[in-house]
Amino acid sequence: MADGGIGAAITRKEDRRFLAGRGTYTDDINRPGQVYAAIVRSPHAHARVKSVDVSQALAFPGAVAAFTGADMAADGVGGLPCGWGITQIDGSPMAEPPHPVLQAERVRHVGDPIAVVLAETRNGARDAAEKVAVEYEVLDPVIDTARADADGAPRVHDEARNNICFDWQIGDAGPVDAAFAKADKVATLNLINTRMATCAMEPRAAVAEYESGTGHYTLYTSSQNPHVIRLLLGAFVLNIPEHKLRVVSPDVGGGFGSKIFHYAEEAIVTWAAAKVGRPVKWTAERAESFVSDAQGRDHVSKAELAMDGDGRFLALRVSTHANLGAYLSSFAPLVPTYLYATLLAGQYATPAIHATVRAVFTNTVPVDALRGAGRPEATYLIERLVDEAASVAGLDPAEIRRRNLVPPDAFPYQTPVALAYDSGNYAETLDAALKDGDYAGFETRRADAKARGKLRGIGLAAYIEACGAAPSAIAGQLGARAGLYESAEVRFHPTGTVTVFTGSQSQGQGHETTFAQLITERLGVPVENVEVIHGDTDRIPFGMGTYGSRSLAVGGSAIARATDKIVAKGKKIAAHILEASEDDIEFSAGTFSVAGTDRTLSIGEVAGAAYVPHNYPLDELEPGLDESAFYDPANFTFPAGCQLCEVEIDPETGTVEVVDFTAIDDFGRIVNPMIVDGQVHGGIAHGIGQALFENCVYDGASGQLLTGSLNDYCMPRADNLPSFRTDTRETLCPHNPLGVKGCGEAGTIGGAAAVMNAVADALKPLGIGHIDMPASPYHVWQAIHQSRNKTA
Amino acid sequence: MTVSFSMTVNGKPVKGECEDRTLLVQYLREHMGLTGTHVGCDTTQCGCCTVHIDGIPMKSCTMLAVSADGCEVTTIEGLAKDGQLHPMQDAFRENHGLQCGFCTPGMVMSAIGIVDRHRGEKLDEKTVRHELEGNICRCTGYHNIVKAVLAASEVMNKA
Repeated sequence: MADGGIGAAITRKEDRRFLAGRGTYTDDINRPGQVYAAIVRSPHAHARVKSVDVSQALAFPGAVAAFTGADMAADGVGGLPCGWGITQIDGSPMAEPPHPVLQAERVRHVGDPIAVVLAETRNGARDAAEKVAVEYEVLDPVIDTARADADGAPRVHDEARNNICFDWQIGDAGPVDAAFAKADKVATLNLINTRMATCAMEPRAAVAEYESGTGHYTLYTSSQNPHVIRLLLGAFVLNIPEHKLRVVSPDVGGGFGSKIFHYAEEAIVTWAAAKVGRPVKWTAERAESFVSDAQGRDHVSKAELAMDGDGRFLALRVSTHANLGAYLSSFAPLVPTYLYATLLAGQYATPAIHATVRAVFTNTVPVDALRGAGRPEATYLIERLVDEAASVAGLDPAEIRRRNLVPPDAFPYQTPVALAYDSGNYAETLDAALKDGDYAGFETRRADAKARGKLRGIGLAAYIEACGAAPSAIAGQLGARAGLYESAEVRFHPTGTVTVFTGSQSQGQGHETTFAQLITERLGVPVENVEVIHGDTDRIPFGMGTYGSRSLAVGGSAIARATDKIVAKGKKIAAHILEASEDDIEFSAGTFSVAGTDRTLSIGEVAGAAYVPHNYPLDELEPGLDESAFYDPANFTFPAGCQLCEVEIDPETGTVEVVDFTAIDDFGRIVNPMIVDGQVHGGIAHGIGQALFENCVYDGASGQLLTGSLNDYCMPRADNLPSFRTDTRETLCPHNPLGVKGCGEAGTIGGAAAVMNAVADALKPLGIGHIDMPASPYHVWQAIHQSRNKTA
Repeated sequence: MTVSFSMTVNGKPVKGECEDRTLLVQYLREHMGLTGTHVGCDTTQCGCCTVHIDGIPMKSCTMLAVSADGCEVTTIEGLAKDGQLHPMQDAFRENHGLQCGFCTPGMVMSAIGIVDRHRGEKLDEKTVRHELEGNICRCTGYHNIVKAVLAASEVMNKA
C-alpha cells in the first residue's frame, strides 16, 4: 500500500473548508444584478386552473417580472423529460403524459408550480408572489397507492387509463405456479413500504445567468449530475445547445437521490434569466422541498414464498403497486422495476421468481430514486417474508437464511430475475453479524428486558444490492435513454502535481479524498499534490454523476483507466530519456526504472520532460501528460452483507428504542475505511428513520401533505439512535480494475428490514403478526392494545 | 421599515442597517457575506443556522438581526484563531464527523455549547446525544459526531 493510498483511513481533504464555513453551496453564490425568484404553487392536490392573474404581483414594489405557463408555452418551452421508458407486459409503451414546467391548465399535486415572480429582494419576491391571483376549479384527488387504479377513481392524466402508467413483469410465472402447487409450506405477507421525503439538509437552489453577447447560459444548481441536467435542460426543455450551456454544481449539501433529477425550477431560472437579462436566483424553503423534491418508496405489495419440508425456498411470487406520484420524474419508471424486482432473489438461491408491478399516478408529489432506490423496497419485502417463512417452517431466522443462501462457490450466480451476481460470501457476513452481535446470547437479554418491563426483539437483514450502474448496452435494452459510463481526466502539471477531473459528483461522499488516494496508489503522487475537480460541465469532459453507489466502481474505474494511460505514456518517455527499451521500463510507487539497473526517473521528472520536451521522443509522442478515459462497466457490482438489530419496546407507550445495531458489509476492496464506515453509519440511520420515524402522510380526502415540515416529518435525531457496530469482509469485484463494489446505500437497504424484524420479534410474544412502518409509538401502542383486546 | 443596530461579529464591530423583518441569519449571509451559517429549514428544527450570541448557541433563523443589537455574535468563520482550527473543528475532522458539510457549522457551534455547559465534567454519550437533538444531520447517523464531541471535550477541558 502506498502511503495514503488504497486502504488508508486518512482524514478528508475537503473538511477544512467545510469546518471553517468556507464551503460554497449554491445559495452561497450571488451574481451581480441578480433578482430573486419565488414560485407560485398549487394549494390543491387536483384542480383545473381557470385563470392566472399576475397584474397585482407586477404592481408590487420591487417586482421585476412575473411569468406563467402560458408565457413559457408561447416561447416553445418543452416539458420535463423522463429518462427511462418501460415496455409493458402486452408490449406497449408506458403511459407518458406531458410534464409542463409551469402548469397552465391543471394542477396535479399540492406544490405543482403555476407561476414565477421575480423581484429585487428575496422577501420582496415572496410578498409579490402572494399577490398572484389564481382561480381554481377544485377536483377530487386520488391519493391511495393500492386503490388508484380502481374503476371510478379520479383520473390524474387523460393519457393514463385507470391511472396506470405501466403493468410490467419479470421472471417466469409457469415454474413459480408449479412450485407453489407442490410446496409443503407457504409464507404470505402483505406489506406497505412507506413514502419517504429525502430531506437532504441543503434545500435545492438554482442560480442562472445569461450573456446576451455570446448567447451563453450558466446554471448553478445543487445537483448530483450536472452533465445530465445540461443534457435534459438543454436538449429537451429550453432548446439550448450544449456548447452554450454551462451547468455548475458546487458543494452539494446532501443528495440521497433527490438531486439526481431535473426539476422545473432549474428550467424556470435559466429561461427567466434570458427573459429579464439579469441573473435569477431561487432557493427552496424547506416547506417547498417537501412538495417539490421527488419523494421515495411508496409500494403496496403481496409476497408469497413456497418452501419444501426443510424450509428450502422453491419459489417467490410478488405483486406490487408502486405509486409514481403526479408526474414521471426523471428516472421514476426505473425504480420500481429494474432497481427493485431484479433484486428480489436477495441472497437466496430461490430457483423460480415471478414479480408483477403496476405503477400508478396519484395526486401526490412525484416519486423517484431515494437512497437505495428499489433495493430497500426489495430487501424489506424479502427479509420480512423470510422471517415469516421461518415462523411458518418452525425454524430459527438465522437457520432458514443459512439453508437458502447462494453458496460461495456458485459465483457468478445467475438469478431468475435477470441479474448475475459477481462475487460474494453471504454465509461469512451472516456468521460475522451473528457473532459480533452475540445472537447466541440474545435470550438472556430478552429475559433481562422482560424483568424490566420491556419487550426486547432481535432482527436480521441479509441484503444484496446492485451498484455501479450500469453496463450501457444492458441498460439500453431495459429502457435507459442515456449511457451510464463515467469519465475521468488525469492531468499532470509540469512540476508533477496532478488535477483529476471526474464526472462523479460528491454530495458528501468524500471524492476529493478517495479519488486522490487512487492517484497516490497508482501513480505514487502524494495525496496533498492531487486536486479533484467535479461539478462543472465546462471543466469536465463528461459525466453521468453520483447515485446508486456508483462513484468508485464506475468513476474510480475511469480514473484507474486514465492512470494506466499515464503510465503507458510515461514508460515511453522514460525509455527515451533513460536510453532503454520500453519493454525494460518498470513502474512502481511513482518511479520508472530500467529493469535490473539503478537507473530511475520519478513520475514528476517524466511529467517535467513531457511539458519541457527538450529531450523527448517528439517523432513518436506528443508533448504533455494528460489522459482521459471513459469507463463503461461490464456488469453491476453486488455489495452484500448482514445487519443485526436489537430493539426494546416500552409496552406502556409503544416507544421503540434501537439498543444495538451490527452491520457486516462486503464492499469489495475498500479505499478509505474511515469514509466507508461513515457511509454505513449514515445509511443505517436512514433505514432506522424509515422503520421508526419517517413517513409522508397525505390526507386521503384533500390530498394535503400533512407532514410538510420538519416539525411534522420526523427525521431521526442524535438521541433517537445508538452508536453502531460495523465491520467489513472482502470479496473483490472481479470485473472492474479496482475490485470495488460501492458502500453508500447498504446501510439503508438493509436497515429498515432489520429494525422491523426486530420489532416483529419483540411483539411476537403478544401474538402480534406483521405491522407496517413506521413503528411509531402510536402504531405500536395500537397493535399492543388491539392484541390485548383480542385476548381479553 | 429600516432599522439600525450595532453588534460585534467575530470580534469586529458592525453598524448594521436593514429591513426590520430581516432575520439574523439573512443579515449574516446576505448583508455580510458570512455564508458559513446555513439555512436548512423554516421551522427552527434543523439547527444549521446555529451561531453564538454572547457565547451561547442560538438559532439565527429565529432571531431578527435587530434583536442582536449590542450582542457579540460568533459564526463558524470566527472560530479558528490564527489559522488554527478550534478543537471542536479539529475533532470533527479527525473523527469524520461530517460528510456533506451543510449541517456542520451549526453542529460545531451547538457542540461547543454542550462542552461549555459541562465544563470540567466528563461528558458521556447519552448527554451529548440528548443535547444535540436540536441539530439534524442526514449524512452521518450522528455516530462520528458524538465521537467528535466527546473527543473535543477532553481537549477543551484541558485547555
